[in-house]
Amino acid sequence: MTAELVRGQNLPLPHTRLEIRVSAGTPLLAGATLADDAGRLSGPGRVVHPGAPARPGVTIPTRAATEHLVTLDLAALDPETHRITVLLVLPGGPGRPGSFGSVTPPPRLSVGGAAGAGVAGYTLTGLDAETAVAALEVYRRQGVWKVRAVGQGYAGGLSALLADQGLAPASAADLAAATLAAATAEARPAHLPDAPYDAGTGAGTGISAGPGTHAATGGIAASAAAALPPADRAATPAQTASAPAATTGAAAADIPSGPAAAPKAPTGAALPGPQSPPSAPPGTTISYQHPRRRPAGSGQEPAPPAPPSGPEAPWAGDAAGWTMDERLYNQVWGMFEDLARTTAAYRSAVDFADSRREQELDRALADPRARLGSAGDAARAAAGARYDELTGRARESLDRDLAQLTAEAEVVEPALPPAYAPWDHPAWQAYRPPAEPAMAVRLGDLHLPERPELRIPVLMRLPLERGLWIDGGRGPASGAAAPDGAGLRELAVRTAVMHAVRLLAAHPPGAYKLDAVDPAGTGAAAFAPLTAAGLLAPPPQGAAGVAAVLDRVVRRVELVRMAMRGGAADALPPDLDPAARLLIVNDFPYGFDDRSVTRLRYLADEGPAVGVHLLLVADRADAAAYGPVLDPLWSSLLRLPPVPDEHLADPWVGHAWTYQPPVVPAGSGVLGGVGAALAASRR
Amino acid sequence: MTVNMTKGQAISLQKSDGGTLTEVRMGLGWQAAKRRGLFGSRTREVDLDASAVLFAEKQALDVVFFRHLVSDDGSVKHTGDNLVGGAGQGGDDESILVDLQRVPVHVDQIVFTVNSFTGQTFQEVQNAFCRLVDETNGQELARYTLDGGGQYTAQIMAKVHRAGSGWQMTALGAPANGRTFKDLMPAILPHL
Repeated sequence: MTAELVRGQNLPLPHTRLEIRVSAGTPLLAGATLADDAGRLSGPGRVVHPGAPARPGVTIPTRAATEHLVTLDLAALDPETHRITVLLVLPGGPGRPGSFGSVTPPPRLSVGGAAGAGVAGYTLTGLDAETAVAALEVYRRQGVWKVRAVGQGYAGGLSALLADQGLAPASAADLAAATLAAATAEARPAHLPDAPYDAGTGAGTGISAGPGTHAATGGIAASAAAALPPADRAATPAQTASAPAATTGAAAADIPSGPAAAPKAPTGAALPGPQSPPSAPPGTTISYQHPRRRPAGSGQEPAPPAPPSGPEAPWAGDAAGWTMDERLYNQVWGMFEDLARTTAAYRSAVDFADSRREQELDRALADPRARLGSAGDAARAAAGARYDELTGRARESLDRDLAQLTAEAEVVEPALPPAYAPWDHPAWQAYRPPAEPAMAVRLGDLHLPERPELRIPVLMRLPLERGLWIDGGRGPASGAAAPDGAGLRELAVRTAVMHAVRLLAAHPPGAYKLDAVDPAGTGAAAFAPLTAAGLLAPPPQGAAGVAAVLDRVVRRVELVRMAMRGGAADALPPDLDPAARLLIVNDFPYGFDDRSVTRLRYLADEGPAVGVHLLLVADRADAAAYGPVLDPLWSSLLRLPPVPDEHLADPWVGHAWTYQPPVVPAGSGVLGGVGAALAASRR
Repeated sequence: MTVNMTKGQAISLQKSDGGTLTEVRMGLGWQAAKRRGLFGSRTREVDLDASAVLFAEKQALDVVFFRHLVSDDGSVKHTGDNLVGGAGQGGDDESILVDLQRVPVHVDQIVFTVNSFTGQTFQEVQNAFCRLVDETNGQELARYTLDGGGQYTAQIMAKVHRAGSGWQMTALGAPANGRTFKDLMPAILPHL
């Protein structure tokens, strides 16, 4: 699975041999620049372009195409290369988009290892009048190669891009022109090749390519075209200088260094190398048009295709936030709210259609004449048709919104960090303990009956504000498919361990610790991934064990509370572990006496404020003997059943959502693997 | 170009280039009238509240007001309660945003109302206006001045309703009395 990058995001690269695949809706030129450690290009030779498509470690395609493959071998690069920028250029030409704003679908780059393993993907969106764009960069930072999504466009075209990387404006302009010219033959539409070829015309007048090239590159292409023919036909500097001025007029003014660039043109002719195609290909006619001014209704240059009218393609991280995690968190909540609201609109419309049909039928039946005969049938049919029409339109807009949200979920889910990701997500395979606590953890998924396959992650902010209760009881909503009795309890404790591992994994090593109470030892098998990794001391057995663990945790809560109230955090005893703690209580209330129950309630109330949380695995029916005295305990905990249940409501509309508890794929060792990674990082 | 609307006037919300509006904002601005008399510079705070009622075939479905800031379907949003009005002129003190594309298919009218929550009549309010803005470009489409004061504590300002495939706005400007939109319901119904 590949990570979907957003602009500015970077990612370490696991391989030194990379394949970057580029796809776009229109043919593009691809190139690369090799910059030094200051990010500057030391000379024109540092640009890999279609005229010079290979350098040690970098190979690019020589033609404009909609699909490209750029290969990088980072180990083979010369040592002064610290940054490779992959750039895309629109070749221009008749009938082709004049800027990236009208390229649909937008260019997409996917970075993969040579073995075909995907690493990252990036779609260039939000571009407008640019004709060249620095799409990605692969750079070395402290000995590690990373890839970063850049997406910096240049309305001034390739020359502006190269100048921005430190090339002298004149040589940047030459190089840009050479690049475009080198690919012009390929960029030309296929219907021209049979016309007679008059090389003299092309070279002598300095006119090259189609008008589209001029449009894309301003005057640069014109001066370069004069420079490109083989040496025997090369124009003198004087001719070259006059050519753009005479034929393309104002275009020359578009080059910042117009007069300076023109005399240099002959040197530029050497750049594309012997393999560069002739600049004036068959059938080119001279255009005396102003490159930017197009007569209305001219059939020569069809307007670029209109920008897509539909919604913008979704991308991961499309929300406000300081960090990617925060943006993804906000995006998930935004999707949650949008799904709640669009479903509310749909349900409201269907309810309305329902009640309207009811009223219309009542009215039809109230008229005794209409009860029999065709009038009644017609009224019924009309009411039914109106109902179908309204619900059909409601369904249409619901489907439109759901399609948008589904597309968003498809890009957001792969981009999620481990703490937000389901257990079968590849992020867990490469799990490494974080340096900072995660912002939130995923406690499961929610969905609505309108689109059960569209799942919204339940992201709960850290630190938790309340404890969790894994309900091992048979709730009213659990269907016949749910396991019963012992099976359900077993599932509950396994689910509790999943949540515990996730909470541990969301914190830096040593910042979050576990305690467990398991008086009957029924959870020993489920706790195995934790105890085996040394993340949890085997819980002591029996009522005495319960009391001992509770005493220890309560003492910590009391000490920290006292210190906080007294403003004397430095007075805490040195043996007090500052880590936040999660107390897992299995089989509550087995093994609990009244005193232990009181202490547990104390922990539920006072613990969250000082970083001690409860994870209670219990069946409420087992504790029925305590009567209503425990009701505040149950209501203070977030109930998370181990089987799908409809007990959670959203905060906006109040739909009943189906909660889907987390599931570890059968046979997956992900919990053990994460436990081992955590244990290893602690040492 | 701004249309200064008069009572009962209807304008189409089709754009001049043929496109339809996607998002409009109903802005409400006011200023407390200065008291006459010895302490003439002292003003009394006036709390006007803007509300929007969503109707489907004359049946009220949802209300957006200061205690329910977003309609359940998310199409109509109130930007929040302003208790004192503007110190200066021109700015919107309360706004209601309507995403016309997201309005549920069965909702065919949205009525905008203004109530004086603190009970002053419009005689004690200065420079009160409501205006309709194309939220996508900030252009003012229509402005309706709540002049004429009078012994009223509420006004049914305007309605946005479906017309063909697009939307139309009609200025209502009907005076009424009431503290919140609930008191206005009987007064709204004749305008649907």
